[in-house]
Formats: sequence, C-alpha cells, structure tokens
Amino acid sequence: MKYVDEFRDPVKAKVLLKEIEALVERIALCRQRPLQLMEVCGGHTHSIFKYGIEPMLPKAIEFVHGPGCPVCVLPMGRVDDCVALAEHPQVIFTTFGDAMRVPGSRKSLLQARADGADVRMVYSPMDALKIARANPHREVVFFALGFETTMPSTALTVLQAEREGIKNFSLFCNHITIIPTIKAILDSPELTLDGFLGPGHVSMVIGTAPYEFIARHYRKPIVVAGFEPLDILQSVWMLLKQLTEGRCEVENQYQRVVPDAGNDQALTAVGRVFELREFFEWRGLGSIDHSGIRLKQSYARFDAERKFSVPNLKIADPKSCQCGEVLKGVIKPWECKVFGGACTPETPLGALMVSSEGACAAYYNYGGVDLARLIRARAEKAPAEART
Amino acid sequence: MSRLLNPDRPGQASIRRRNGKLRDSRITLSHGSGGKAMRDLIDDVFVGSFGNAVLEPLEDQARLNLTNLVAQGDRLAFTTDSYVVDPLFFPGGDIGALAVNGTINDLAVSGARPLYLSCSVILEEGLSVETLRRVAHSMAEAARAANVAIVTGDTKVVPRGAADKLFISTAGIGVIPKETNIAAGRARARDVVIVNGTIGDHGAAILCARQDLALGTTIESDCRSLHGLIRAMLEACPDIHCLRDATRGGVATVLNEFAQAASVCIRFDETSVPVCEPVKGVCEILGLDPLYMANEGKLVAVVPRESADTVLAAMRAHPAGRDSAIVGEVIAEPQGVVLLRTVFGGERIVDMLVGEQLPRIC
Repeated sequence: MKYVDEFRDPVKAKVLLKEIEALVERIALCRQRPLQLMEVCGGHTHSIFKYGIEPMLPKAIEFVHGPGCPVCVLPMGRVDDCVALAEHPQVIFTTFGDAMRVPGSRKSLLQARADGADVRMVYSPMDALKIARANPHREVVFFALGFETTMPSTALTVLQAEREGIKNFSLFCNHITIIPTIKAILDSPELTLDGFLGPGHVSMVIGTAPYEFIARHYRKPIVVAGFEPLDILQSVWMLLKQLTEGRCEVENQYQRVVPDAGNDQALTAVGRVFELREFFEWRGLGSIDHSGIRLKQSYARFDAERKFSVPNLKIADPKSCQCGEVLKGVIKPWECKVFGGACTPETPLGALMVSSEGACAAYYNYGGVDLARLIRARAEKAPAEART
Repeated sequence: MSRLLNPDRPGQASIRRRNGKLRDSRITLSHGSGGKAMRDLIDDVFVGSFGNAVLEPLEDQARLNLTNLVAQGDRLAFTTDSYVVDPLFFPGGDIGALAVNGTINDLAVSGARPLYLSCSVILEEGLSVETLRRVAHSMAEAARAANVAIVTGDTKVVPRGAADKLFISTAGIGVIPKETNIAAGRARARDVVIVNGTIGDHGAAILCARQDLALGTTIESDCRSLHGLIRAMLEACPDIHCLRDATRGGVATVLNEFAQAASVCIRFDETSVPVCEPVKGVCEILGLDPLYMANEGKLVAVVPRESADTVLAAMRAHPAGRDSAIVGEVIAEPQGVVLLRTVFGGERIVDMLVGEQLPRIC
C-alpha cells in the first residue's frame, strides 16, 4: 500500500534499532535503571503492540503507556449518564463504536441497546446530524468523545445544526484536553519519566507550541510522533539523541501531518462553540482542573446535559483496580492485582482494559509469550476474584 | 415441519404442482398461510428452481437411499447454519449463494462429500417476489455447480418488522470416506499451516456494500464452495490433520481453535498471509485487522510437513486455491497460543476476538 508500507519497512527498522542501541550505550542513566518514555496517545500504544515494537528495543528502554485513550479515561458515572440518556424514550443515542462496550456501573451502551434503548453506531457526528434530520420527532443525542482530534468535527457539526436551525440535535459532551493531564502527571511525586512521545493527531490541530512547558519547566524532552512503526522508532531515536546531548526540546517527527502552528480553521471552530470546564473527572486519575470541555452558554440548546436531566453521579472505580498507577508508569499493567484474572477485555473492571488502545488490553491481546502464560495462570487461579 | 412444502394431499401434488404460478409482486402473510398462495409460491419459486428427483414427490420429508450413502463412506456428516446477511446482494455473491456454499463448506472441511441440503426461509411481509426469485435462482445455481441437491424445505412469512427482509436456514448432509480423519485436535509440532488465498475479502465486501461508509471501493466477496479444492487436497495427502473454513472471526480465530484443541503453539508470519490491496486499504482506514475479518471461501489447513509442498501444489492447481500460501508452522510450546511475526519484524500474540471488531475513533 503506497504511503503506508514505506513506514513499516523491517530493513529500515534494523538500521534504526542499531543506532538506538548505540545511543543507549552512551546514556549513563541507562546503567542504573531502564529509561522510561511515555507515549501519551492510545494510538501509539496500539501501534507499539500491534507491530511488536517493545521487544525489539534494548531492555534499557521501557514504554509507559499514557492517558491518551479517551474511551479508557471516561469515568464510570459518565457512562451511566450515557445509558440514562439512551434509555429516554424520545432519544436516539448516537455514538462511535468503541464507546459501546465501556462498562457503566449498571450496564454498557451495548447492553442498553439489547434492553431496548435506541443506540446507533455512527462514524462521524455528521451522521448523527443526518439521523436528526430524518427523525424530526425524536431527540438525537451524539456522544461527543475524544481529545482535540475529534473536537473540530463535533464543533463543525454544531455550527451546521445551527445554520440549518435543527432543534432535535444535541451533544453529550465528553471532550477532554490532554495538556492539563500531562501537567498533572508531571506534577506527580512518583514520577520517573525521562521523555515523551507527543500525540500526533492532537498536535495536527493544536500544533507543537502547547508542549513548550514540558521542555522548559519540567526539563523533559518531547517528540511529536506519527503512528506507523518507523515513526515510533524514529521518535525514540530523536528522544535518545536529545538525552545524550543534554537537550530538552519540543521536536516534531510527524512533520508530514503536523504543522508547528496547528490548524487555525479547526481551532477557530472549536473556540466558537466550546469552553473549558473548571474541572473534569478522569477514570484512574481523578479530577483534573481545566481538562474537560463543554458547550458555551450561547450553544446551550445543543447541550444534552442542559436539555435533559442527567443524573451526573460520581461512581468510584473498583478498589482492586490500579489503573491510576499504571497510567503514571508506577506499575506495569501485569503487576496490577486483577490483570488477566478478574479484569480481562471480555469483563473489564478497569478503564485500561476497555478499549484496544488501553494499555492493559494491549498487553492482554498483544503481549509476549511470558505474559500469555501469566494470563492463563491467573485466569485459572481466580476467575471470580473480588469485584469490589 | 416440511408439511408447508406440500399443503396438498399426497398423490395430488404431482398433478397440480405444475399449475402453481405466482402472480403477486410482493410477499404477503397469505404466502405463509398454507393455502393456495403458498403452494403457488413454493411451486413457482422453489420447486421451479431447485427441481430434482428427491424433492419432486413433495413429501413432508426427503427420502434418501441408504445404500448410496454407505457406498461412499462410513460416517455421516450433518450440519446446519442460518444466514441473515445485510445487504442481501453484495459484490461477489448474495444471501442465497452464501446459504448454499456456507453449509457445503461446513460439511466439506470434515473431508465429507456434500450431498443434500435443506432450505428454510423466513420472509418478511412486503419482500419483493423478484428479490426472492433472484435468491432462489442463486441458491439453485450454487447447488448445481457443487453437484448438491436441495431436497426439502420450509417457508414462513412474518409480519413487516418481525424479520429483516429474508433469512435462510440450510442444513446439510454429506458422507465422510473411511480413511479420512480431520480434527482440530490433530495439529502436531512440525506441521505446516496453509491458507487457500487472500483473507478478509467477504468481511470487507459487506462493509463496503453498506452504504453508510461511502468508501467508494468495490471489493468482491470470496463466497464459493470449497469441497472440490478439499477433495484435491485429500488426494494429494489423505492424512490432512486439521481443516476449517475461516468464516466469522477469521483466520486468527481458526488458528486459536487449533492451538487450543491440540495444545500446541501456532507461529505464523504476517508477511506471508495473502491480503489483497483494497482489503488492506479498508482495514487501514477503519482500524480493522484482516486476520479477524470474515471469509466465505477460505480455509485453514494443517498438514504434515512432508506433504506440505504436494498439498500446496494441488491447491494452487485448483481454481479455489490459486493464491494458496504456507503461512506458518506448528511448534510444541507455549501450548494453546498463536504467535505472529509482524510485518515490522516484532513478535506478538494473536488472541481470540473479544466482542465485535469495531473501528477505533482516534
């Protein structure tokens, strides 16, 4: 496949790996402990596992899988709100496919649909708007989810609905922004990270400037990375290069997609309809200031939270889950007490087991041989372990 | 239940059958009522298409000659499957061809020679008769091509909304020759894994045929019967260890079933698995994995290493196996695990699919 296969070339990978090994040799720190690099975005986590990249790298490099999977960090209470909206008899609830299986405290959207709710999978918010046009006597709610990557398309859909004067369309807005969360992770006292692979798709919208504080204030190098396996290897190489040369900078490996200034039109559309919430709850990480996005007062008529009564309950994560520690890189997914036993992709307890981009699900589905043995052993030992 | 095929008294059927002519353009509830409308439908649409010596008497059941069966082997293979595909017609096939070939393939992967099929249809009130004719015609074509007879059946009509257009259920009977012993549990270390061509075609064809994606590409389903290919394989190597058609869940699921049933490890190479370019493209865009995509004319075989080249050559000489390829091997450890060497040179586990294979959002 043109423009894709070039970025998966195993011969080029070998050359890069040799250079990465040579750089690791020169980093003194690597002799004391493994170097920890966080890939912020779930898309990177997925690629790293899909192509089996981690075992190819020197043992002195560890990936820490960051919070950049919007499905994974959605708190259980918000899923309950989704289900409550979907169960409203007037409502057609529209959502991206990934969100269907996320467990709420009562049920997932998939179960709600089986129980009779009108839940429909869409590929874009514009599809949801189309459904609203076709069903003028029903209320169509779109489950808006994701970082800056998906925000512009939601914003443009709201603007389109406004232009057409469509009254039966609204958003259940769960958009989040990644920067405050990276900051919260950097402020964590347990932090041992040495560098970041920056999110590629988010940066396509926001550009590279918002990451400057990571290099300047926290003295950590960050490389905005693409999603193909060679992109990831090259970005690791760029991070190691910075570390050997004692630099801490924001670099852009994904220049073929990410303009340093971001996408002005997209940002304008987002700015017109959205504003920051004071705080927003993240599954596994708790409440983070200014990390959530909602519709501005002038677009309140498109806000499902204001249009319908949403229970808005806070539901605590199961105690046995250690998602927060995994997200911060304090423990590895398989070191969590319930990983592979009570918590599996079929019956996820924790957020990170839910989406294929979640770190735990990635380890479970795509892990190495040793991990497969561990998973099997745990599953046999404690299938019914504590759903506390 | 086959009563519905023959609402008439025995004896009168063969005289009055020829008169049955369906003049309506849409299916109504009366076509399932057991009366004249139903008889016309059965005569005109089904008997007209499927016509064969076992079906013709229109008894409540098909009567099969045991001596004929016994002469062909020592075990009966018996299977059933339902077909609810949407859309009914898609590039490379339709629900009718699928219902015939799918059941033939379920028989054939046991090494059986497929002989007889049943055909039950559930029709939604309002279905166009023309659509039903096309489907019945397609079933007849597929059965004729495979030298299999559709010998009994049933028709039901449900009110609008109680079913989606048309569902088909087919059961099949075949005979397994004496020396043949194919089973998932027979995979042994050193065996070789072969697939008979590009994977994921059917799943991708259905995705593209659903209008809502508007991908602007046409991919043909690989829907076809495999018993001819399988016979050629068995002639090349009577001791084929495992054989399964990779339908829902795709090749990855079949490999996991083999690895678990035989307590072995199957290791395969992503670069050696044939995937056609448009399917790669669709999977890339939607974040799907062709290894889990449905096929309707693809099988996975595990054969002894010594016979691998002979089997591969026989497969490539058959129209249903032109793009056959050796994709991997069986090793002893770790038991029950499928390992993939990725295109990039890394290695990872390939597990069973959990839930539906849904597109990712970012």
